[in-house]
Amino acid sequence: MAHSGINVLFEGTNLTRLLLGMWTTFKIAAVAIIIGLIIGVILGILRTFHNPILRFILRIYLEFFRIVPTVVLLFLFYYILPRQMNLHMPGTQVATLVFALWVAAEMSDIVRGALISVPIHQKESGLAIGLNRFQLYRYVLVPQAVQLELPATINLVTRVIKTTSLLMLISVMDVVNIGQQIVEANNQKYPTGVFWIYGLIFLLYFLIDYPLSWWAGRLEKKRLEQANGE
Amino acid sequence: MSFEIIKQSLPMFQQGFILTLYLSLIGIVGSAIVGIICSLVQYFKIPVLDKVLQVYIEISRNTPLLIQLFFLYYAFPAMGIKMSAQLCGIIGLIFLGGSYMAAGFSGGFNGVSKKQVESGKAIGLNRWQLARYVVFPQGFALSIPALAANIIFLIKETSIFTVIAIPELTNTALDLIGLYYNSNEYLFVLVVAYAIILIPLSIILTLLERRVRYGTFGN
Repeated sequence: MAHSGINVLFEGTNLTRLLLGMWTTFKIAAVAIIIGLIIGVILGILRTFHNPILRFILRIYLEFFRIVPTVVLLFLFYYILPRQMNLHMPGTQVATLVFALWVAAEMSDIVRGALISVPIHQKESGLAIGLNRFQLYRYVLVPQAVQLELPATINLVTRVIKTTSLLMLISVMDVVNIGQQIVEANNQKYPTGVFWIYGLIFLLYFLIDYPLSWWAGRLEKKRLEQANGE
Repeated sequence: MSFEIIKQSLPMFQQGFILTLYLSLIGIVGSAIVGIICSLVQYFKIPVLDKVLQVYIEISRNTPLLIQLFFLYYAFPAMGIKMSAQLCGIIGLIFLGGSYMAAGFSGGFNGVSKKQVESGKAIGLNRWQLARYVVFPQGFALSIPALAANIIFLIKETSIFTVIAIPELTNTALDLIGLYYNSNEYLFVLVVAYAIILIPLSIILTLLERRVRYGTFGN
């Protein structure tokens, strides 16, 4: 073996290109997460209201995004939007839209779950001191729910970041797509380069997700200790 | 949307459907076995082994299946280890699912109330008896919701197998779209196919959850 595989990373601009790809991935995830969380919180609050039609529609929305795998969602939007609605969007925007809608669906369930697990006496006490519905949510339910839902939300964020690896399927120039190109271009010169390229991508994802799940795990543990210690 | 096109594509989708079910089943059973082993090792805090498995769990949980599959399918051959696409898919799914199942079981075991464990100790149960008669029966019941979510998650995750060209459902649809460009019809069949697998399953699992909830102590 004339060349060691690891050198493929330092050939030309390969390393910079991979990191830029990761940045693209990261940006799409970040925008989708922010939009998705905002919509998700609103939908989650709406789902605790006693309007059967609204609840039914939101439930269907949630179940659709739960049942259909993300790969399929990406393709649905990527193929159907331009052809049926004449809406031409680049892959990055389709991806952002799909991820945002998906985050919103999952988040609505997390928020609803947290809101209904705030003890009922909290709600009744709030009503008893004359809070209106907005005040009840604003000062009593939402602040307590946030604490309950934080670990689940962080876990959702790690899931979204992991799922961004699928972006290459709708031809977004993300880190995986660029990695593949580099592998193909350098296959002759560095037969074992593939190991290092995918190894680096593996590591990059791990470095982003691990701190997040560590944080979620710690919060969850603290909550369990509190719950057990009462 | 043309019904004729849908009808013609059904035999191919049927094959993909069976393959998706088959790979999911192996993946779920394999993951459950790996998960039980990991959670037992962690529960009994077997030295060294529990640290090793903790590293495995963190790696598996914090990296995407797609990259794991690429590693198995493209990078391993460069190191001299060649496997068929389906074998890579199964190994990848079990590698991923094992840690999720482990977290599910461990969550159940840790969720058993302290009072239960202390009462067990108070009546003189040893560590093994405590696990066998107090923690495991209640822990398994508590872990059912997480396991149910994992099962659905793993089935959906098989759609990623398309990247290493395993002809499961998603791959079948993409192939057909590539050939005939009838994306509406094929995507419709694809969504329906996943719905046929996942909707009944999620209903059954919800019913099961409800049943075992009464199985925990004090309800």
